[in-house]
Amino acid sequence: MHIIESGNVAAATGVKLSRAQVIAAYPITPQTPLTEKLSEFVEGGELDAQYIPVESEHSAMGVCIAASTAGTRAFTATSANGLLYMNEQLHWAVGARLPIVMCVANRGIGAPWTVWNDQQDTIAQRDVGWIQIYCNDHQQIIDSVIKAFRLAQSVSIPVMVCYDGYLLSHTYMPFDQPEQSKVDTFLPKFAPTHFLNPDDPANFNTVTLPDVRPGLDGKMAPGYIEIRHNLQEDLRASLDVYEEIDTAFAKDFGRGGNPFVEQYKCEDADFVAVCIGSLSYQLRDVIDIMRDNGVKIGVMGVQMYRPFPNQAIIAALDGKKCAIVFEKALSYGNQGALYADIKSALYNSKDKPLVHNYILGLGGREIKTRHLLDALNESCTAPETFGDSPRWIGLKL
Amino acid sequence: MAPKEFCKMISRSKPGPGDGGNTGSWRVLRPVIDLKACIPVKMNKEACFNCWLYCPDSVVSKTIPPVINFEYCKGCGICAEECPAGAITMVNEATPIEEDK
Repeated sequence: MHIIESGNVAAATGVKLSRAQVIAAYPITPQTPLTEKLSEFVEGGELDAQYIPVESEHSAMGVCIAASTAGTRAFTATSANGLLYMNEQLHWAVGARLPIVMCVANRGIGAPWTVWNDQQDTIAQRDVGWIQIYCNDHQQIIDSVIKAFRLAQSVSIPVMVCYDGYLLSHTYMPFDQPEQSKVDTFLPKFAPTHFLNPDDPANFNTVTLPDVRPGLDGKMAPGYIEIRHNLQEDLRASLDVYEEIDTAFAKDFGRGGNPFVEQYKCEDADFVAVCIGSLSYQLRDVIDIMRDNGVKIGVMGVQMYRPFPNQAIIAALDGKKCAIVFEKALSYGNQGALYADIKSALYNSKDKPLVHNYILGLGGREIKTRHLLDALNESCTAPETFGDSPRWIGLKL
Repeated sequence: MAPKEFCKMISRSKPGPGDGGNTGSWRVLRPVIDLKACIPVKMNKEACFNCWLYCPDSVVSKTIPPVINFEYCKGCGICAEECPAGAITMVNEATPIEEDK
């Protein structure tokens, strides 16, 4: 059934259809309407879940860790400084291999205080070990939440579903709401690989010594470095699992097929604009104008940022003349994080394109078609002379 | 190729004494119980047992007299702090252990 609703409600509906069992969240702009909607679902009896109000985001993730360790399907959501406040627990959740799903409505980080959109919050969490999926519209939000629950429990790794604050969280768009029975078939009941069980008492994540050592049962227990190596191996293998899940979703629901990157007019393109999130759909209009002016250009949205889909990036950009990376975040003191990752992936490609970097839209600064056109024209006119430093768009200095 | 098995390594252990290693080797100060002052010993009753209750490592037995397992006692001193009779003193670990007379 198609409905017209906000991106936050799309996310909440995805969580309801996924039958989350424990929800703990602290309201923060622009995520708030998502958690309000979920509490409505629980209060109205539409979702059979425990909704646990908490006093902070750190506690929200703490509750999710406890709920997931008890073997239930746990969900939370946040934005910006709330996500940063959770940081220590994010590391814990992934180290403990708990398949928690979290939505993040992307917002800039203070100081100075801002409530508007950029992507610095989740990009700053890229090295935590969580899987990160980014959405371009409301349909992708609801679909990604459902896929995220299946991915998380398939690989025992928590998943962040990220979407632009306000631009997606608060705008209204039509989207298809999948039928509950079909979601139930697609998303099997949560059968945890490990959970607290009074019939089989266990210690989880107590102090792990630098070296391996035998446990009380005489079996060798892995050390910290072995457990972390296993996480890295599983994260890399999650790329294949997500591709399978996306294919299964496309079969059941008729949508998807672009798990890692979503390309628009890239096939014959010499130039490819690259970005994360809703900007990639905004760029489509700009690409059309550039095409009308005779420039062979396309745009590619990166849908999965961690684990980084190196092969998909190489397949998409190898042989192109230039990739132009637009970012609403950066690795301060260096360059855009996505730009650096794309360059790193392309190091192993046969026919490397030039790569350019633009920083824009921080703290919700409006991104205008004119700005994007100017930047793309600049990049396409003399691509060889651009240099390795990011250029900033729309600065009023 | 067989499907990959995920989450093969986590930190999971069987709970029990010594799961955290021989923590007794961490000890710098050693709790010594003066049995003449110890309430359950004096009264010959199952009473008090604050040392047993407060020990964060469960190394004090709920017996008359209470016995401390020095294999795992870290020497934190909480028992000495909590003893209402002041019967427990923390002595330097280098002090020779006096044999019971």
